[in-house]
Amino acid sequence: MLDANRYKCCYCGAYVSVCPTCSSMELMETWIEVSQGCKDCSVCTKICPVGALEAEV
Amino acid sequence: MLSVNRYKCCYCGACVSVCPTCSLELVETWIEVSQGCKECGICTKICPVGALEVKA
Amino acid sequence: MKYDVLVVGAGPAGSMAAKTLAEAGLSVVMLEKRQEIGDPVRCAEAVSKRGLKDLVEVDPRWIAADLKGSRVFSPDGASIVLSEEQSGGKTGYVLERKIFDRTLAMEAACAGAEVMVKTRAQGLLKRDGKICGVSAIRSGDTFQIEAPLVIGADGIESKVGRWAGIDTTLKPKDISTCAQFLVKDESIDSNYCEFYFGNKIAPGAYAWIFPKGEKVANVGLGVLGSRSSGIGEPLRLLQEFMKSHLPKGKVVEMDVGGVPVAPQLEAMTTDGVMLVGDAAHQSDPLTGGGIITGMTAGVIAGEVAADAISRGDVKRASLRDYEDRWKEPNGNKLQRHYDLKEFFIGLTDEDLNNLLHSLTNEDTVKMDLRDMLKSLLKLNPKLLWGLRHVIF
Repeated sequence: MLDANRYKCCYCGAYVSVCPTCSSMELMETWIEVSQGCKDCSVCTKICPVGALEAEV
Repeated sequence: MLSVNRYKCCYCGACVSVCPTCSLELVETWIEVSQGCKECGICTKICPVGALEVKA
Repeated sequence: MKYDVLVVGAGPAGSMAAKTLAEAGLSVVMLEKRQEIGDPVRCAEAVSKRGLKDLVEVDPRWIAADLKGSRVFSPDGASIVLSEEQSGGKTGYVLERKIFDRTLAMEAACAGAEVMVKTRAQGLLKRDGKICGVSAIRSGDTFQIEAPLVIGADGIESKVGRWAGIDTTLKPKDISTCAQFLVKDESIDSNYCEFYFGNKIAPGAYAWIFPKGEKVANVGLGVLGSRSSGIGEPLRLLQEFMKSHLPKGKVVEMDVGGVPVAPQLEAMTTDGVMLVGDAAHQSDPLTGGGIITGMTAGVIAGEVAADAISRGDVKRASLRDYEDRWKEPNGNKLQRHYDLKEFFIGLTDEDLNNLLHSLTNEDTVKMDLRDMLKSLLKLNPKLLWGLRHVIF
């Protein structure tokens, strides 16, 4: 499962742009919402500039 | 239970300033409610945008 | 990490305190929980020119509007004009807080203060019963910062005072809860600040249109907490105000916030802790203005803190000089303004109409807030009987 750390997140939206499932990630005003469509591919975890996203096993 | 609608919240911190039990915290851009909340409802009347509600 | 003084909050009050301390040669760190200083804005941004010039060198980059005066409207729509620089010290310039706050923080940093953003104080550290710093969290990581003296400049939602045993909780009748839009509209007069009074328009407070340049203005209103009858009242009333006053206005930003309109705190310091700005309820209860008062307090607190550190004594007795210097003239004036606010919020719309109408034949253009109140008292002795003991 993808875990977004709100304390680290700087709400830049970069991860949304690389998500291959498109509809599974959304930048709300200042937080990330991950929906059920997420395939745990982890592409976004490498893109986040501050390390706020982690794929949890 | 005190619920914070984060789609409405504009993170101004007004609710924190009136909480008699010091149970609210404005963490950067969201409100955290701690267990000390007595559901008195004062904050719900102070919030300028109606983001707080005491729900049964 | 170890410093002489730690400042919580990088608003104007915190930055002035940090700058003053750094210039005095002390090691100082200033924490800001947001990742950006000055944003989001929760302020109508008007300041007195004289007040500002006494504190900083005015920079055109953060002046959004230079005003000629103010217009005050009664509930029935009648109005009077007050002159520039003489409307209760509230008007003069309208700032661009996003730039202003940043500039002040940079000045503190250039003077030698360390600034940490996205870093939130979570509690005070104590050793042998004495405050010795704060526990902080930055980007999810918790760490400790040591300092024998902590200045709480942490705004309306201040926790520093409450952690240290100073109860800064606001009563609903002592907070004005506000909503504001940044509006583009052809009808906006770029030269005047406008104040609209009325129990239906803005119960226990007022609505404002403060210009920020050509046909752009902060349009907002406050509601006294104890008069807020429903959920999200300020925003709802602001939408109504927009419909009635600026129906074609284009909204490009929304800001909200609470303003302390409270009596003076009995204590603004305790052992190892000082409070400044909104955290110390230093905004003006009558006008809601708090930038100049907060910055003034920041400078005084910085000077007193520097002395206290050099003496090696941060007990309350050693910090009391800050409260004494704040009290006269600032604290006493704000306490009188609190008494005035308590009286004026009890007036009906009819009372407010009568008061304003009584001034329509007076030469208000030359009046400041104090002159206006004096004239009102003279012209309306019966209605303002309750104010006969207030010394202006």
